[in-house]
Amino acid sequence: MCSNIVSIGDIEGFGRGVDGWFDLKQAVITFDHALRLPVDHAITIDFVNRDKGLSARVPVELTAESARELIRVIEMALAEGQEQHLTLEPSQEH
Amino acid sequence: MAYTTDQYKGIVAETITIHGHNDDEVHAYMAKPLGDGPFPGLILIPHALGWTDFHKEMIHKFAYNGYVAVCPDIWCRAGHGEPEDVVAKVRSEGGLADDQVVGDVVGVASYIRGLSVSTGKVGLMGSCSGGRHTFLAACRTQGIFDAAVEGWGGNVVQPQERLTGAQPISPFEYTKDLSCPLLGLFGNDDQNPPPADVDVHEQELKKFGKTYEFHRYDGAGHGFMYYHMPLYRQEQAMDGWSKVWEFLGRHLSS
Repeated sequence: MCSNIVSIGDIEGFGRGVDGWFDLKQAVITFDHALRLPVDHAITIDFVNRDKGLSARVPVELTAESARELIRVIEMALAEGQEQHLTLEPSQEH
Repeated sequence: MAYTTDQYKGIVAETITIHGHNDDEVHAYMAKPLGDGPFPGLILIPHALGWTDFHKEMIHKFAYNGYVAVCPDIWCRAGHGEPEDVVAKVRSEGGLADDQVVGDVVGVASYIRGLSVSTGKVGLMGSCSGGRHTFLAACRTQGIFDAAVEGWGGNVVQPQERLTGAQPISPFEYTKDLSCPLLGLFGNDDQNPPPADVDVHEQELKKFGKTYEFHRYDGAGHGFMYYHMPLYRQEQAMDGWSKVWEFLGRHLSS
């Protein structure tokens, strides 16, 4: 907690924590000292639902390069889905 | 005193409750040597991993070496869970308030001095964010601490863009008020604090005529004394520990 670089996004989804799947409310992104990687700094992403307690958290720690790659492949998947006219919005036809 | 095999060594350790900032009850882990003492005190401020087993092992180490050692759970107001989960919550809510941490360690010092085995001398140590908190507490209090060990305090020289509601003032700004001798340990490959910031930190200590000693290690980066992490550098860490024992012994002995 040295850099104070924290970004928080409201999100909707599900993640699998220590007690099983739970609905996600926020993604907390930090750029700070790595706790596990053998590098000085890392990107951490905590997928959390604060309404469900401290353990409702799915954490990952990534190198900067990996974080950029993650963004790239997510953007790629979203673009491909859009090209195929698929939607991630709730279906109206169920 | 160097260890010899005929010494009867032992410590007692347990979780305790102290009164910290705003008189809040704060959990802490304490270990002390067997016997009536008196023993000097040592407060360890935990760093970003949270109130972990690592810090408790450090408390055992200090007690084994003759100190009443206490590590407060400075995150305890956020609730209890696995240490990293607790820290993650606090981080997402803006981090620990400087005022609160200073109040908590002052409460620990008061607790130690109230023990019948205390010499009345109390030192303070921390690394990373705990190093920052150590320097801050040693500056923002007077007559509380007798020695301070700052391990690679990130953001001691805190630029404007990193100030937050919880950390509104750079610790560097309080340098003139440093109340006790300071030992600083730094890795020259560290990015936070980078060597340039350590230079600035040291110049300010010189400017105000403070009693300090800095040891700066080549081939070491951030957290070089964390034996449980890839950052560990054995040679530099062992030298760092020798500096810690010598410094604390010099300033905390009766």
